[in-house]
Amino acid sequence: MNIHEYQAKEILKQHGVAVPDGIAVFTVDEAVAAAEKLKANGASLFVVKAQIHAGGRGKGRTKKNNAKGVILAKTVEEVKAAAESLLNDVLVTIQTGEEGKLVQRLYVTDGVDIDKEFYLGITLDRATSKNVIMVSTEGGVEIEKVAEETPEKIVKEWVVPGHPIHPSQARRLAFALGLEGNAFKQAVKLIISLYKAFDATDASIFEINPLVQTPSGDVIALDAKINFDENALYRHPELAALRDESEENEFELEAGKYNLNYIKLDGNVGCMVNGAGLAMATMDIIKLAGGQPANFLDVGGGANVETVKNGFKIILKDPAVKAILINIFGGIVRCDRVANGIVQAVADPEIAEKVKNVPIIVRLQGTNAEEAKVIIDNSGLNVVSAVLLKEAAEEVTNAIAS
Amino acid sequence: MSVLVGKDTRLVVQGFTGKEGSFHAEQMIEYGTPVIGGVTPGKGGTRHLDRPVFNTVADAVAQEGANTSVIFVPPAFASDAIIESALAGIKVIICITEGIPVKDMIVAKDVVNRTGATLIGPNCPGVITPGEAKVGIMPGNIFTPGPIGLISRSGTLTYEAVDQLSKAGLGQTTAIGIGGDPVIGTTHTDAVKLLNEDPDTEAIMLIGEIGGTAEEEAAAYIKEHVSKPVVAFIAGQTAPPGRRMGHAGAIVSGGKGTAEDKMKALAAAGITVCESPAVMGETMKSLLGR
Repeated sequence: MNIHEYQAKEILKQHGVAVPDGIAVFTVDEAVAAAEKLKANGASLFVVKAQIHAGGRGKGRTKKNNAKGVILAKTVEEVKAAAESLLNDVLVTIQTGEEGKLVQRLYVTDGVDIDKEFYLGITLDRATSKNVIMVSTEGGVEIEKVAEETPEKIVKEWVVPGHPIHPSQARRLAFALGLEGNAFKQAVKLIISLYKAFDATDASIFEINPLVQTPSGDVIALDAKINFDENALYRHPELAALRDESEENEFELEAGKYNLNYIKLDGNVGCMVNGAGLAMATMDIIKLAGGQPANFLDVGGGANVETVKNGFKIILKDPAVKAILINIFGGIVRCDRVANGIVQAVADPEIAEKVKNVPIIVRLQGTNAEEAKVIIDNSGLNVVSAVLLKEAAEEVTNAIAS
Repeated sequence: MSVLVGKDTRLVVQGFTGKEGSFHAEQMIEYGTPVIGGVTPGKGGTRHLDRPVFNTVADAVAQEGANTSVIFVPPAFASDAIIESALAGIKVIICITEGIPVKDMIVAKDVVNRTGATLIGPNCPGVITPGEAKVGIMPGNIFTPGPIGLISRSGTLTYEAVDQLSKAGLGQTTAIGIGGDPVIGTTHTDAVKLLNEDPDTEAIMLIGEIGGTAEEEAAAYIKEHVSKPVVAFIAGQTAPPGRRMGHAGAIVSGGKGTAEDKMKALAAAGITVCESPAVMGETMKSLLGR
């Protein structure tokens, strides 16, 4: 699960990690009030940052006003102008795609003087099944680029499973950043606190880019990106509450309510599959058949009438869908049962109306597949049946062509 | 011959009396798997499915000589179940549970490694040696004994591959569902090693998906050490970056873990890579000249 920068910084602050003072706002008036408050606390420079779930904001631009996603402001008046140019405009960054994201929240922060910029990231290293803390002197740029071009500039420490980060490990990382004196001490403390926060929140990603050293030798997390492990949210209700549903796709939100695992894609062939691996393979089949998958949808092992109905409803909301491929491998769930479920779902008046012009290809394989095909073929519905995956692919090609 | 599970398996079911555990234990017994009983803390001394229930895995080991466990415990308690099995001396631990927090799995895997046990999964369909033992949730009827060893991260896609192989007249030695999570006990490479050393396995089918670099690592191992024919398929060629495709581990992040990279690495290692999942069986058949 993704959260906003201002929420991430609040978490860091709670765990004793230094971050610039800042206030999250939803309106221009609130932005002005926030700037006044920061000014009263001694701020002489402000940064107004669009809060969207995507990176690359500093280099992004809004559609209407052509405003940058991160704006430096010297006065309260400039903060006001920045807020006006960002709020309710659509910000397009390298990570949002062309459609961009609507800016509904801003973060007004104290502008910090920067001496040096670093990178710091914590994530799972899948190859070793351990968490890894990575630092680099190349802060403020994309770490993927650093990893590609100058991998020697990334220094890593792997956390011993079940342990905190040990001070010697934090020291090695701080030395690797070339820090000394007070800044070194602050960095060691920050790295230890940061990993504590990562561990305590069941995070999957912490990315501090940049981590900065100020001219006075303070070490501060200037930006923060945090993702949480969704499987662990059950033990963190306070973190689950940070979810911003307005950042998510409406179809995906609705699918979530039905307990369906759905991801919206840009193609023209909808698909409904049991199992994530087979669902991905089915998307691949659609592409090889000359179409483009309109979605990923795993209805799970059960695939009963209710899940199939809900699956249809979600897929059919997408106007781009020109055909639907249902691919179910019946193992312990028998195919004839699934076939009956599909027939009942398609006979549902609400669904029947919508699928009149959308060919449906049903491919059932596994236990009782032949019986299932007979049920589909004799249903009198506008549904094409297939048994082999290959046949299903050919039917998809035909459906798109017609 | 076979790997991991077979005639010598003495299986204990953790979460034996729960809904999932009961259902699948019954299916495994029906298949002929040597199920010695199960564990449900607090229900020790009772019987379930005509078999004893133990309070602890250690009791099942001491009293019935359990050497393999299968876990159907809910995600919040599953890592503890893995650790319990490992500490009780179970040699092969197969965890079916989906949704275990990564933080818990990092510790559980570390404990398993220290005890020298083999963990399969979590979030996997299990392991089957057709005709001998089925330890997991897969439909036993689609598998047939034969010469192909199979490795896969997913459930239904494994069944699809097996079905194609069986229809092509190619049975299986052992099919290993290694699981779709980012932290799993047995990787593609570990499973390849096992099947490569199994004299009855003539060829290997390796099914991967987007996310991580486990398939690339397996490719490098195969190039160095494996002379048996290998056919591979990678799911998720059309998956968008940055999105988790159902499995917690199936995500392309920072440009890493794409199907394209994996397919290239596998092909460069001399492995026959299927572009389409519809031709996995026939590709293996033609490669073996049958």
